[in-house]
Amino acid sequence: MHPSLSTTASPAAAAFDESDLVRLLTPDGRRVEHPDAAWSGSEDDLLALHRDMVLTRRIDTEGYALQRHGELGLWPPSLGQEAVQVGTARALRPHDMAFPTYRDHGVTWVRGVPPERLLGLYRGSEQGGWDPAEHGVALPAIIIGAQTLHAAGYAMGVLMDEAVGHDDAAKDAAVAVYLGDGATSQGDTLEALSWAASFTLPVVFVIENNQYAISTPTNRPGGVPLVRRADGFGIPGVRVDGNDVLACRAVMETALQRARDGRGPTLIEAVTFRRGAHTTSDDPTRYRESAEEEYWEARDPIARVRALLDATGSHAEALAALDAEADALGEHLRAACRAVPDPDLADLFDRMYVESTPELQEQREAVLAWRALGDEEAAR
Amino acid sequence: MTRMSIAAALNAGLRKALEADRHVMLMGEDIGRLGGVFRVTDGLQKDFGPARVIDTPLAESAIVGTAVGLAMRGYRPVVEIQFDGFVYPAYDQIVNQVARLHSRSGGTQRMPIVIRIPYGGGIGAIEHHSESPEAQFVMTPGLKVLAPSSPHDAYWMVQQAVASDDPIVLMEPKRRYWETGEVGDDPDPLWSSQVRRPGGDATLVTYGPMVATCLAAAEAAAAEDREIEVVDLRTLSPLDLAPVVASVRRTGRVVVVHEAQRTLGLGAEVAARITEQCFFHLEAPVGRVTGYDIHYPPSRAEEHFLPDVDRILDAVDATFDAAGAELASSERPGGIA
Ligand SMILES: Cc1ncc(C[n+]2csc(CCOP(=O)(O)OP(=O)(O)O)c2C)c(N)n1
Repeated sequence: MHPSLSTTASPAAAAFDESDLVRLLTPDGRRVEHPDAAWSGSEDDLLALHRDMVLTRRIDTEGYALQRHGELGLWPPSLGQEAVQVGTARALRPHDMAFPTYRDHGVTWVRGVPPERLLGLYRGSEQGGWDPAEHGVALPAIIIGAQTLHAAGYAMGVLMDEAVGHDDAAKDAAVAVYLGDGATSQGDTLEALSWAASFTLPVVFVIENNQYAISTPTNRPGGVPLVRRADGFGIPGVRVDGNDVLACRAVMETALQRARDGRGPTLIEAVTFRRGAHTTSDDPTRYRESAEEEYWEARDPIARVRALLDATGSHAEALAALDAEADALGEHLRAACRAVPDPDLADLFDRMYVESTPELQEQREAVLAWRALGDEEAAR
Repeated sequence: MTRMSIAAALNAGLRKALEADRHVMLMGEDIGRLGGVFRVTDGLQKDFGPARVIDTPLAESAIVGTAVGLAMRGYRPVVEIQFDGFVYPAYDQIVNQVARLHSRSGGTQRMPIVIRIPYGGGIGAIEHHSESPEAQFVMTPGLKVLAPSSPHDAYWMVQQAVASDDPIVLMEPKRRYWETGEVGDDPDPLWSSQVRRPGGDATLVTYGPMVATCLAAAEAAAAEDREIEVVDLRTLSPLDLAPVVASVRRTGRVVVVHEAQRTLGLGAEVAARITEQCFFHLEAPVGRVTGYDIHYPPSRAEEHFLPDVDRILDAVDATFDAAGAELASSERPGGIA
């Protein structure tokens, strides 16, 4: 192949430029200031963010193990991306709406979706399985980029409901949409950015730049960071350290407030790294170097908050309780996974339409009768 | 009772829907200030404002994809795809999102979206402006598909579609937009086929723009003492085949007519079901008159592509001609001159 057509060269970790990242917590856990972002949370807030990240990681570890034990068909790991997911999602208010991807276990966790509901999707028992309105979080999009348009449309609805610009937390709402670096190549994403800019929509685009779309490294033509895509649409762009939960929360709060104030969309590029495989069917050793993985391991989002906590005082009791909570969550997930019911055949027909059709009812009766016959024979 | 064109009937129906529910809103390219390229939305932005009748950027996937989000927020978007051939950039959103979200959410998330598509040929247009993609939506579980053929149906169906909590693709017969007819005071039941002309000798099954053509064929046949029953399917998904089955059991002869290409067109499904349900009543194989399995041709050849009265009557003749009966379903000589 002509070398200029190759997009698969591994980005050299050493050449990684961090100078333009908004950061409030260094990789070794020291607090720093930034002119455009501020964190003024309490010790308890810090512990709460830490808890969310630890439990998200536990959900992920369990998901991975359950797949390896044959209980799940597939699992997309979120290892290493806990800070961007938890930090940004914790900036949302209950009546805001989030549109996640298949990897955003931290987002669904923060929005209160019981984690066992996630398992149904990957076990093959459900294709989503919750009511988006109940939790303020849409079903994860599998089609890359599709959710960006849903978020833009939802944000149009927010505008039409006049739910921005009141300066009143109870009235104003905002929308967050999560996408990968790969998704920035999709037409839908560009249409959504164009739409959001055209209508000044209250939506925040959170690009989780985890460096790879399966095996394809982040496409940075001419070395242009993804955040600069915002320029072409005339919207603000922020490049944040995606492994720094404080910075993620801070920039998201600013972006959401801007949206709630009716001042329009923001694009956030959160620079992070997917430490695990793309999914459990992937082999990352075929497309990336161990040096790169080590570089990012040293930037672990949980370890740096933990270092800050250790430096600020003794939290032995809280941390021990968290360990126990994580173990209990793991146990619960393992049991809940096996208890996820198989799909109900009648249900699959019943939920096709709000108002079913005679034809579908006929097919439903036929398949149920056929199944009953099979069951009878098996019982004999 | 009032007389009006199909375009005017759709306009009046949309107006009614906008008045009935403040959550109803229209989106599409050029539908506001211009009133749509066919003027179906004429005057609606003026009366309901630019926030309820929205001129969108030129982005079909976005038009449908944002309708999904609006539906999640409680709105009832009616989106216009400017022409049939432009629905494909939005096909992914229609098939993978609109059609699936109700089911994916365990039946909790409603998708009350109407996707209006002016479709079909016969207007001398350039390419991508004369397509008949209905079968692609009919074969998609989770969608419902309607094809009005008269001003009366256009007026009522668009309102029924907007009121429905399921996503509906409304196939509008663009070559008939300007044909006029009576709009009655009461709608027909939404999911029903209708006998448009009774007759005991043979049955024509059709929908959309071909209803008028089939009625003309039946008229011509009557002059030669052959009474042809014409059934308008109206609703393509779900199909209401009871009137078709009843008709074929009486006549024993049937031809299915549509503009779309033949292979796996709706006629294939209808023919299969008639065979399943009327086999011992049939005097001849089920005939089909359709477009050919080529791209919709340049407009100077479209008269050869589109089923017309002669091709339809020829296919009906074949069902009476025992020797020629097996030809009824295949290309007869002299098809595309
Ligand atoms: C439209 C579409 N094309 C291809 C795929 C297959 N696929 C699944 S994930 C993925 C990579 C996505 O990368 P990115 O957007 O960076 O997100 P990440 O998985 O890294 O979180 C691909 C190609 C898909 N799901 N949807």
